[in-house]
Amino acid sequence: MGRAAKITRRTLLVGSAAIAGGVIFGYWKYKQPYNNPLLANLKDGEASLTPYVRIDQQGITIITPRAEMGQGVHTTLAALVAEELDVDLAAINVEHGPASSAYFNSALLEEGVPFKPTDHGRMAEGVREFMRVPAKFLGLQLTGGSTSVPDGFVKMRTAGAAARQTLLMAAATKLNVEVASLRTHDGAVISADGSVLPYTELASVAADIEPPAEPELKPRSEWRLLGKSLPRVDVVAKSTGTAEYAIDVELPGMVYATIRRNPRLGGSMNGYDASAAEKMTGVKKIVEFTDGVAVVATNTWYAIKAADAIEFDWGKVEYPSSTAEIYAQFEACFDDKYEDSQARDDGDIEAALIEADVLDVEYRAPFLAHATMEPMNAVALLQDGRLDIWAGNQFPTQVKIDGETLTGIEQDNIHVHTTYMGGGFGRRAEIDFVRQAIEIAQQMPGTPVKLTWTREEDMTHDVYRPAAIARFRGAVADGKPSAFDLRLATLSVVESQMGRYDLPVGGPDLSIVQSAWEQPYAIPNYRVTGYRVPAMLPVGFWRSVGASQNGFFHESMIDELAYAAEADPLEMRLAIVSHEPSRKVIEAVADLSSWGAPLPAGHGRGVAFVYSFGVPVAEVIEVASSDAGIRIVKVWVAADVGTALDPRNIEAQLQSGVNFGLAAAMQGEITLEDGKVQQTNFHNYDSIRMNQAPPIEVRVLENGAKIRGVGEPGTPPAAAALANAIFAATGERIRELPLNKHVRFA
Amino acid sequence: MKLKVNGTDYELEVQPDMPLLWALRDELNIKGPKFGCGIAMCGACTVHINGRPVRSCSFPVSAVSGEVTTIEGLGTPDAMHAVQEAWVEHQVAQCGYCQSGQIMSATALLNQKPDPTDAEIDQFMSGNLCRCGTYPRIRAAIKAASSRLQEG
Ligand code: FES
Ligand code: FES
Repeated sequence: MGRAAKITRRTLLVGSAAIAGGVIFGYWKYKQPYNNPLLANLKDGEASLTPYVRIDQQGITIITPRAEMGQGVHTTLAALVAEELDVDLAAINVEHGPASSAYFNSALLEEGVPFKPTDHGRMAEGVREFMRVPAKFLGLQLTGGSTSVPDGFVKMRTAGAAARQTLLMAAATKLNVEVASLRTHDGAVISADGSVLPYTELASVAADIEPPAEPELKPRSEWRLLGKSLPRVDVVAKSTGTAEYAIDVELPGMVYATIRRNPRLGGSMNGYDASAAEKMTGVKKIVEFTDGVAVVATNTWYAIKAADAIEFDWGKVEYPSSTAEIYAQFEACFDDKYEDSQARDDGDIEAALIEADVLDVEYRAPFLAHATMEPMNAVALLQDGRLDIWAGNQFPTQVKIDGETLTGIEQDNIHVHTTYMGGGFGRRAEIDFVRQAIEIAQQMPGTPVKLTWTREEDMTHDVYRPAAIARFRGAVADGKPSAFDLRLATLSVVESQMGRYDLPVGGPDLSIVQSAWEQPYAIPNYRVTGYRVPAMLPVGFWRSVGASQNGFFHESMIDELAYAAEADPLEMRLAIVSHEPSRKVIEAVADLSSWGAPLPAGHGRGVAFVYSFGVPVAEVIEVASSDAGIRIVKVWVAADVGTALDPRNIEAQLQSGVNFGLAAAMQGEITLEDGKVQQTNFHNYDSIRMNQAPPIEVRVLENGAKIRGVGEPGTPPAAAALANAIFAATGERIRELPLNKHVRFA
Repeated sequence: MKLKVNGTDYELEVQPDMPLLWALRDELNIKGPKFGCGIAMCGACTVHINGRPVRSCSFPVSAVSGEVTTIEGLGTPDAMHAVQEAWVEHQVAQCGYCQSGQIMSATALLNQKPDPTDAEIDQFMSGNLCRCGTYPRIRAAIKAASSRLQEG
């Protein structure tokens, strides 16, 4: 299994530039830590023992430098530190902290290597380890790829342990005793005679002690917090309306803005007439920014009303202007010229398909919007050579870089205040809205500006989950797939996003074939080819990325083959699965859902299994078909996360992922006409609601080799499990999303 | 224009067609009610007027007659309403952005129907979107709050 897959482009995903950077700087430099950003702003009596812990007289603050978008990451990351630091989670503060490369995400690039993620051989692991080097040099503080937990698992515990050791040494100095005679309990050092020295009182002494670099970590058997369901640190605030999102930030003298841009994505503005808008109530100023116009007013509502009154002359765009024309371009890309990768090519697929009775089908998935509940917004204040930004964003280090480019202010004088996020799903890894707020603030120095997009602006100016077309030929023999040839054409989200950030990218984009090429199935003749459609409208990372569409394609096709082979769809998957933890999740979901037990008339069950972000997930959906339409009766999920840190939160994330996948599968579709996105708000881009939301039962397993994050892996199997259930109930095989083009949902 | 919110009287000078939501948020700095869609399709902005649920994004401030209650007026972190307590107990919130509206709708439901059936919950709550998909826990929290309130 140590063989690297054939790659048809030049280099690895991250590109030669990043790799070369690592080589040039050398390993010694890699070992050197980034400066601790907390040391820059310490007041008297405060100590920061690691970039993740700040202690002062008032209390202990843990920095959780990943975006809290709802996934509970603040609670889990804080618990990693608190476990080793020996403090109670309820007794500490938790903060996003400053934007800093010290908080780089080292797990982010590991999945970009051309080894199957189930391959833990020496070669594969060596290359993955090596990817931590460019990850560090890029210094990206980025939340995504379900990487926060794998990235933080050792790092955050080490930070807690190092801080605890330092506090012990500080106490030893203060009491003039041996460290070995001391222990810690609940935020304090306890001496042999029982005297209690709270950490907060040891901070100033500890500040002068060098923390140990590699402190010992507790074995799992001694965990107090990890492995248990903890109350979320943000749950009271979020249940009382007191959690602050960027849209809630209020500063003295603040003004409120909204913007308009070309409804044709990326198109230019030829001109505009704001003469009526200027005179409207509450309007303070109408300003231009790079690709549009902002109205600044005394109330967001006045800004929105005035923006509606502006007449615009928008330019045309280059990309094909309708959904039909876009699909025609996708179709034209099934050609060697556009081949991006052929990451899997087992056996002799062409020979296998000549002899067999061949299934030959096409599948489609549409563009999708993120539609986070909180529309894009940001606050910016430019004053006396200093720039402050409040924003819910997944990529704070990039906010600093763009802030410097736009204003010329050095990054040391740019302060990013990351707030809670009303949903991210990948959308807040973009910072278009932050740039706009900065541009407006530049034209109003000294005045804090809050920019809020309308829902309409948000829906029509997203970076969309790309549409995709899948062409599939397959055959069966002896009750199992004998040939599986999948060709996938879509846009590259890596190219699109990294292009917006000017970051180095080379090589194939494995997200085009994500959760298709590396699925742990043994099929003798098995080929997966990715075709890259040339860039057109902006596309981006959408919860589970390529797996979001490929999970539907791949698992619908496996299901088609099962029926062609006259095999039970779940049993057949068990017969071809080649990875033990994956087998166990399929078995677990069979058990959980009583797979095979008789069903009432009109009901049907579908199963899907997808391996994504290192997590094998199997889902079973039961539907009932009646005159009213299709109703989802229940969903069962089994997933393997390697090590489960917070079972209740993992359950919540899997349920959330399922609902996110179902919402899109049932009705999500972005279409274009005249270059403009047709969907504008929740009336024509709706989501799953309470009346359709099924009960979702979850089982979490821990057989995987590594700890994994679970913000995304619940999503990919949902569409396929639902489509497969509809087939079981009605006999109709739906090969196109959203499903409501073909069936009605009750 | 006069407005009573969470027991406090305010004097406002705004255009009469300004939606209540924007009067609360940008004029009175009451940030619990959230902006989600502006067209009464998501429920994030839900408040009570005289105990009845209203989508404040689509309700002109000049049309308010009676007292407005927002999530801040329902309970506070130190003294939560039974519905908020149930939300904490069931760890409902993920991103949390929809939850002010969910809690205000759920409270209004329980005021009208102390022991709602599943179908009544579905019907009443389907005006509130949750893009994080917290529906299973919202349902559980409503049921828990219902029993708690009935026990008195
Ligand atoms: S903001 Fe009022 S219903 Fe959506
Ligand atoms: S908790 Fe995020 S939208 Fe409901």
